[in-house]
Amino acid sequence: MKLFEITTEDISVDEVVARLANPAIGAVVTFVGVVRGETDGREVHYLEYEAYPEMAEETLRQIGDETRACWKTIREVAIIHRVGRLQVGETAVVIALSAAHRREVFDALHYAIDRLKEIVPLWKKEVWTDGAEWRSEG
Amino acid sequence: MNNESMNNEQIRVRVKFFAAPREAIGTGEIEQVVPAGTTVGDLIGLLTEEYPILRAYTRFISVAVNRAYVGMQTKLHDGDEVACLPPVGGG
Repeated sequence: MKLFEITTEDISVDEVVARLANPAIGAVVTFVGVVRGETDGREVHYLEYEAYPEMAEETLRQIGDETRACWKTIREVAIIHRVGRLQVGETAVVIALSAAHRREVFDALHYAIDRLKEIVPLWKKEVWTDGAEWRSEG
Repeated sequence: MNNESMNNEQIRVRVKFFAAPREAIGTGEIEQVVPAGTTVGDLIGLLTEEYPILRAYTRFISVAVNRAYVGMQTKLHDGDEVACLPPVGGG
């Protein structure tokens, strides 16, 4: 089962968490990124996500490796990002981390989402009723 | 091989574009034949001559060769996959 994936399909949080199933774990923490209906006061019609899929999956794996190197308590990392046209309320990304105990999982999760926004070749076009724009974190 | 033929050696690279620059030039991938020894920075220069509209983006673009981020001094090799990456924004 892939732990780092760019997909055009709907993402189910439960299904991603299930990918981490292991009797050794006692905690799973997840981040779910969903499409917001407005930015800067403008109503979003839909979002169009684009990826450089091969490199994106490699950089997602790199983030998993970095996270586990920094926080030894993290057992597994899964990051699934959807691309294509997403409607308001749909899930764009799920990040799930598993550990034996809950300590430090939140810090590790925070790191993973920050790194995703920093290095993974993914782009987001906001489409409003009256225009569109590619948006980045910068 | 004498010096002259070495200087004339050409390499072929694939160049990928994404998001705004992809829309601006109207294609996601091109093939480019360049002299051996061409760097990433040289290639970006050649591309902006061919596609002047790219000038609006080059200041912000990062480059990956064969799916790894590289600097502008990196030398290209035959068959390389070069990706012009505008500022990313997943999540």
